Amino acid sequence: MTTHTTQGIPDADHALHLLRQMLRVRRLEEKCIELYSAAKIRGFLHVYIGEEAVAAGVMEALEREDAVVATYREHGHALLRGVSAGAILAEMYGHAEGCCRGRGGSMHLFDAATRFYGGNAIVAGGLPLAVGLALADRMAGRQRVTVCFFGEGAVAEGEFHESMNLAALWQLPVLFCCENNLYAMGTALGRSESQTDIALKAAGYEMPAWAVDGMDVLAAEEAARRAVDAVRSGGGPHFLELRTYRFRAHSMFDPELYREKAEVAQWMERDPISLLRGTMQAAGQLAEKDWAALQEDVDAEISTAVGFAENGTPEPVSELSRFVYSDRPDDGSPGGQWERDRKGGAAG
Amino acid sequence: MKTTYREAMRAALRDAMTRDERVFLMGEDVGRYGGSFAVSLGLLEEFGPDRIRDTPLSESGFVGAGIGAALGGMRPVVEIMTVNFSLLALDQIINNAATLLHMSGGQFNVPIVIRMTTGAGRQLGAQHSHSLEGWYAHIPGLRILAPATLADARGMLWTALQDPDPVLIFEHGSLYNVAGELDDDAGAVDIDRATLLRHGDAITLITYGGTLPLVLEAAEQLDGEGIDADVIDLRTLRPLDAHTVLDSVARTHRAVVVDEGWRSGSISAEIAARICEQAFFDLDAPVERVCSLEVPVPYAKHLEQAALPSVERVMAAARRAVGAGG
Repeated sequence: MTTHTTQGIPDADHALHLLRQMLRVRRLEEKCIELYSAAKIRGFLHVYIGEEAVAAGVMEALEREDAVVATYREHGHALLRGVSAGAILAEMYGHAEGCCRGRGGSMHLFDAATRFYGGNAIVAGGLPLAVGLALADRMAGRQRVTVCFFGEGAVAEGEFHESMNLAALWQLPVLFCCENNLYAMGTALGRSESQTDIALKAAGYEMPAWAVDGMDVLAAEEAARRAVDAVRSGGGPHFLELRTYRFRAHSMFDPELYREKAEVAQWMERDPISLLRGTMQAAGQLAEKDWAALQEDVDAEISTAVGFAENGTPEPVSELSRFVYSDRPDDGSPGGQWERDRKGGAAG
Repeated sequence: MKTTYREAMRAALRDAMTRDERVFLMGEDVGRYGGSFAVSLGLLEEFGPDRIRDTPLSESGFVGAGIGAALGGMRPVVEIMTVNFSLLALDQIINNAATLLHMSGGQFNVPIVIRMTTGAGRQLGAQHSHSLEGWYAHIPGLRILAPATLADARGMLWTALQDPDPVLIFEHGSLYNVAGELDDDAGAVDIDRATLLRHGDAITLITYGGTLPLVLEAAEQLDGEGIDADVIDLRTLRPLDAHTVLDSVARTHRAVVVDEGWRSGSISAEIAARICEQAFFDLDAPVERVCSLEVPVPYAKHLEQAALPSVERVMAAARRAVGAGG
């Protein structure tokens, strides 16, 4: 635990920082929807609006050398891990300035500098990777933590259970963060799980696990700090079920036939940004001018990022076959076109 | 020195573990059991349970963990007991190992080696007799090896471990007991080139892995009939060294491709297509193929043998090619 919590309310600077982090994600996501509607970006787009407290809280507990594995709803995680909004948007534009040079898009953001390992769009497919990253740390004697985000839909996958078992069996330094937003695309938790208490499932693997109010960034941060500290000090894998809600549709193609508008409205009353803002105002920590200045700052950041993406250059088609295999300097042919055909042409 | 394919593989593992402390072996029954094909027998005692790491029956989990460990700086050798069980890990192999470098714009390469047994011929029935290496060779981002000789069993692993990208090694189950001479100083070999193992001018016989011994036998018998064959061991199925194949066909003007995989959509189809695309006017006869019959591999010995490539079928195909055209 740190000094951030005083009678449940953090000091003003830290509270403002958390509010800023959540607002950065919110504004980035709103901009993504706008750019998608304007056909500036394409493919699938899954926004994190409503769930910002989870990533904002958990990221606070991480050190620079830790690793993060996330899902296809990961713009916010990437941003809060330290990938610039410009590099994220440029990626969605398919530009060379994008964090993956236009090869990943919205669902596959990666960044080596911040140890951000995606951007995994196969549900539960990232969990085994997190187990392996933690295994490498364990074998090399490093005190690093790997945090793995996934939705509650992943809990029905075999890879979830295989990963829980491996991590617990080998006591690996992983923090599993289940973002339980109640719907796997359109399938409600109760329609897909015989046991809907997800923390209980993790506990079945002899792993410390508890549920957290995922709309309360202070609760998310506190839980994450507790869990990360335990993992880093050799306590083996830990599991947080962060109970949250997606305010927007699953993707841009989702007509939301599976849930009532009243349910969405009810959850929006617990908007994580409004919650913290209200707490801060009640504690006299957020004057109107501070709130206005914060919004102005964040809007400026996003606006600069859009400009960066707009002014980027399309990744050249001549580079298309790079990164299929690592560049081989002694090969003499461009990466990926290294088969020994007689006429030197690349097949296919 | 006298050795076997199994011992050569074990020597390669021991050598790699000794030379690079980042290397470790992980898989089902690789430790206390000694490996289900006894490849890793004795290595647990030598290197300990951290580096000879027994796993639960969780193919997707431990293959994915291997990919993660590779991302984290290790050099994992993941053993999947057989290719049949690798189907449970397809998500990790194809969606992650093969794509991460590209999706990340070159930021994250995956230096993992995945070994597995492949092939039929031991009356194990359909679920333990697949030959799916040709399937894997369809996937950009993977390198696919099929060691068929003692030298390759000894030498391919180290080179694969030096590769920055994922390498899959397919070891045909019928090869483990093959015995022969191996140089005392045998070591790393290239994993880029096909090899011309036998030189002849009448026809090119092209194969890899478990069918290499029967193709060499067919070549000897064909020699007795006055048909002198080139025999090419492909060794690497991706990237394919078509150059060596095409050079040979340019001399012999005839080709037979022998592959234990099924005929439709197979690596043999790919090789035949490359020959047709790039050596069509060198050919004096249609390209012949000898593949497994398109049935799930049956249990009964006579049925199984009838389904698989044989010396007789290779010889018959070669005779047809030589007899055809001018």
